[in-house]
Amino acid sequence: MEREQSPDREQSPDALAARRSDLLMSARASRAKRVVAFAGQSLLFLLTSSSAIVVLFIFYFIFKDALPFFQLRSLGEFLGSNRWYPTASPPEFGSLAIFLGTGLVTLGSIVLAVPLGVSAAVCLSDILPFGLRQAVKPVIEILAAIPSVAYGFFALVVFAPLLQESGGRLLSVAVWLVGVPICGLIVIVLSESVAARLPSEQRAGGRIVAMLLLGVLTVWGLYRASRGAAGLEIVSGTNALNVSIILGIMALPTVVSVSEDALQAVGRELREGSYALGATRAETILRVVIPAAGSGILAAVILGIMRVIGETMVVWMASGNAAQIPDPWYNFLEPIRTLTATIAGDMGEADHVTGSARYHVLFAMALSLLAISFACNLASEWVVRVQRKKLKG
Amino acid sequence: MRRGRLLGGSLAALILCAFAGLLTPTLAQEAIVIDGSTTVGPIAKAFAEHYMAAHPEINITVSESGSGNGAKSLINGTCHIADMSRFMKDAEFSAAVKKGVLPVAHVVAVDGIAMIVHRSNPVQNLTLEQTRGIYLGQYTDWSQLGGPNQKIVVVSRDTNSGTYETFEQLVMQKQKMAEGVEYLGSNGAVRQKVQSTPTAIGYVGLGFIDRTVKALTVEGIAPGQETVASGRYPIARPLFMFTDGYPRLGTPLHAFITMHLSLRGQEIIEAIGFVPVTSY
Repeated sequence: MEREQSPDREQSPDALAARRSDLLMSARASRAKRVVAFAGQSLLFLLTSSSAIVVLFIFYFIFKDALPFFQLRSLGEFLGSNRWYPTASPPEFGSLAIFLGTGLVTLGSIVLAVPLGVSAAVCLSDILPFGLRQAVKPVIEILAAIPSVAYGFFALVVFAPLLQESGGRLLSVAVWLVGVPICGLIVIVLSESVAARLPSEQRAGGRIVAMLLLGVLTVWGLYRASRGAAGLEIVSGTNALNVSIILGIMALPTVVSVSEDALQAVGRELREGSYALGATRAETILRVVIPAAGSGILAAVILGIMRVIGETMVVWMASGNAAQIPDPWYNFLEPIRTLTATIAGDMGEADHVTGSARYHVLFAMALSLLAISFACNLASEWVVRVQRKKLKG
Repeated sequence: MRRGRLLGGSLAALILCAFAGLLTPTLAQEAIVIDGSTTVGPIAKAFAEHYMAAHPEINITVSESGSGNGAKSLINGTCHIADMSRFMKDAEFSAAVKKGVLPVAHVVAVDGIAMIVHRSNPVQNLTLEQTRGIYLGQYTDWSQLGGPNQKIVVVSRDTNSGTYETFEQLVMQKQKMAEGVEYLGSNGAVRQKVQSTPTAIGYVGLGFIDRTVKALTVEGIAPGQETVASGRYPIARPLFMFTDGYPRLGTPLHAFITMHLSLRGQEIIEAIGFVPVTSY
């Protein structure tokens, strides 16, 4: 370096200028470079923002086509009546039953998918050995790769007849399969909390008594429930139950893999800290890992809900599409109709040239779906923020 | 900066050009424009496909905007053929004549709808009245119709389909179906549902009857090619294509509108599930 620098000083100004022009950019080249950089940046920005723009456009167009419905008809008819006769003259567009159908199916599949999915995620992340996990997780994720029309076909051709032929027996077995682990956990937790309130010398005895009492009660309840289920006769296999189960299975991979990621993200430190304090594995999982991953698990649940609400093909094929409010409303054995299936099923005939109410009502439904998923998103954001604040504080 | 704007400008120009290219119709030597009923639409589409395969120089477009819109288009001179699942109404006819359009009806096929039940169902026959009663929710149990003591699962096609439209017109007579009626998206799905549900009743186009389900007689008449074509079977109706006057012989339009009389045309009609007016 020094040997090179010293002759520099002795060089003539001309040589120096020539040398500098090698090192420095001309104003022109510099401008060109900046323009290229700017173009590249703006292209990337355009690509990134295009997805946001697409969303805005979707909002705009759905809103634009939904609004005329409320001018042509009324919001009261839309949400207040359950008479859905779009082709009759005069037509009726009461969508209450359809909203309820979407709600019912979502509820049913979430009841199935969330406990199953979250416990599978806990099992995958904290209980199974690493090698087995690497094998099992991809298998669960394959469920997400099956096209929904295949699920729908299965629901219509295989599952619906199965429900009709031996629905009662299947249900009573399912009551035991689902009831035993869930009720077992509840009994243990309840009796623990009962025992914790007793003075310490009675604690052990109290726990056993409470467990026995609750256990007998639960077994009796489950027995009654399974007897009741066995007596059920499923007249039509294309009903809310069928679709709920299939949609629950479809939502499983989302719930499992997102909540498993959340559980993984909790990290070693917390787990080892908990073990170091003398907590057992169960205590660590229940009291430390799951609460710490709570927001992630909730995000998983909400993603699962959105998957279920938006699913179209399965419900269109296997829900029966009857625009009725089941009697009683929680009767899962009745056929129902959902928003998505209605949009898919009525789009073709709806006259978009003249813009009839029948066309706009579908957009009103799409708008409602959009609003629901928007609300879900906002809710999850809010919960995550609250959770973060709680963890910090 | 300037170059960036230039780039954007040229990009926009490019996109505009692409759109313009899409919007400019490719000028075919001859075109046949078809509009109208969603029931007849599939026939027109299949015919068009078949015809264009043999005559690629002729461009046929088929839209399905409903019988009423088809008639409107014919009257306004925006289509050559109006597909209609009903005959023209008086008002449409006189409006057409006033505009100098003389609607000529061509019956291309007959649409018959069969009531199907599970093979184990002992019920053999329904009257039209009973059929309507089932879909209105007046009959809810097979025992009311001479069958076993089981609840009826009522299956309908979706309100989108021409089959539904026909059924609504011929059986329901514009009365509203009960709320508990299940809707399925295709004739095949209805048959599948009935085949696997012992207590179900459904309706399908004539072409979808097979041995996996039992087709009921209606008013004592079994659904079939012959009974439908002759009009003895009650749930049947002719399907029309209307043209402005009879097309000049030898024109592509003439060839198209007479295709249902050819052997291939009849096969196409049967494949879609309708009954040809001629028997080959």
